[in-house]
Amino acid sequence: MKTDQLLEALVADRDARPRSLTGRLRGAMAVGIALSFALFLCLLGFRHDIGAALTTWRFELKIAIVGLALVVAFRLCRALLRPVPPAHPALYLLPLALLLAAAVALELALVPMSAWETRMIGTNSMVCLTAVPVLSLAPLAALFAMVRTAAPASPRRAGAALGLLAASAGAALYAFHCFDDSPLFVLVWYCLATFPVILLGAFAGGRLLRW
Amino acid sequence: MRLARSGDDEAYRVLLGRVAVWLRAVARRGLARAGRGPEESEDIVQETLLAMHLKRESWDDSQPLEPWLHAIARHKMIDHLRRRGFRDHLDIDAYADTLAAPSDDGDHARTDARRMLASLPERQRSIVQAISIEGASARDVGARLGMSEGAVRVTLHRALKSLAVFYRKEP
Repeated sequence: MKTDQLLEALVADRDARPRSLTGRLRGAMAVGIALSFALFLCLLGFRHDIGAALTTWRFELKIAIVGLALVVAFRLCRALLRPVPPAHPALYLLPLALLLAAAVALELALVPMSAWETRMIGTNSMVCLTAVPVLSLAPLAALFAMVRTAAPASPRRAGAALGLLAASAGAALYAFHCFDDSPLFVLVWYCLATFPVILLGAFAGGRLLRW
Repeated sequence: MRLARSGDDEAYRVLLGRVAVWLRAVARRGLARAGRGPEESEDIVQETLLAMHLKRESWDDSQPLEPWLHAIARHKMIDHLRRRGFRDHLDIDAYADTLAAPSDDGDHARTDARRMLASLPERQRSIVQAISIEGASARDVGARLGMSEGAVRVTLHRALKSLAVFYRKEP
């Protein structure tokens, strides 16, 4: 086929405008979170003192942390799914790191040193380590299904970012079940729980996002 | 590109034409640097144009267009060289005529029309042929094949996607 002829075909196809990347990411997150939420209700459910918990600052801080994680991961995905990579991708995560550091500093200042370890170990760590990855699976699958047509500069990095976004969604849901509200617990166990999802995303990205 | 997004066919045609000329130069330079002749350049140009078209939503319209084009062209160039590699250096006799008399019309696509179109299902093939080679409009083609204009557009879009896949799998 000659290039000029291909060009005519492309012009004729101009109207078939693909959905924007932001729209796709939003759609995938809506579907994925809805599925995971159903799973959450079946397997875990809200903690029984959810009403009281909503009024404590530690719980609110925890929700703020996972909420911010969702926002920064979303932005990072949008940047890494384009052919032109951002100059400093790590900067996208800076707000999250700052909030986590501030929360931990506050907790360390308020709680006596003898109680640090109990707070950090918590009561739910093993549930956390399994529930967050499990609740991330539906969002991760939905994200990959929706961004197949993207053109990431580095498929593996983009996949890792998608993993982080899916894990943030999983963590956000799990946060409503978990009794451990201490920022120390969140820092250690929530972060640990996201790693397998990020790795899975990076691996899948290398295979599914090549273009 | 912005005009093309807002619905101007002519602007899109002009843009693609200019991009094709630019890509041709880039592809030949890249091939020369990799120690290869220009006879594959048209494949790269077409594959890049297809990718750019199908992935045009990945351009952030608050950013300049050129870095985005560069990134796609580089990606496709590297992809092409990696796929072909230096494996087919033995086939050079097959292109002896091309090498001996390089035509200047910029149309020595190695992946010729017949082979590429042959990879498409019947209906997609006839639509691509009618629109690209005969220059017919979607409405005319629809009338001829007894399909609605919308169905023709959908089929054309699928055909372009398959072509992109075909390029990628091409050894």
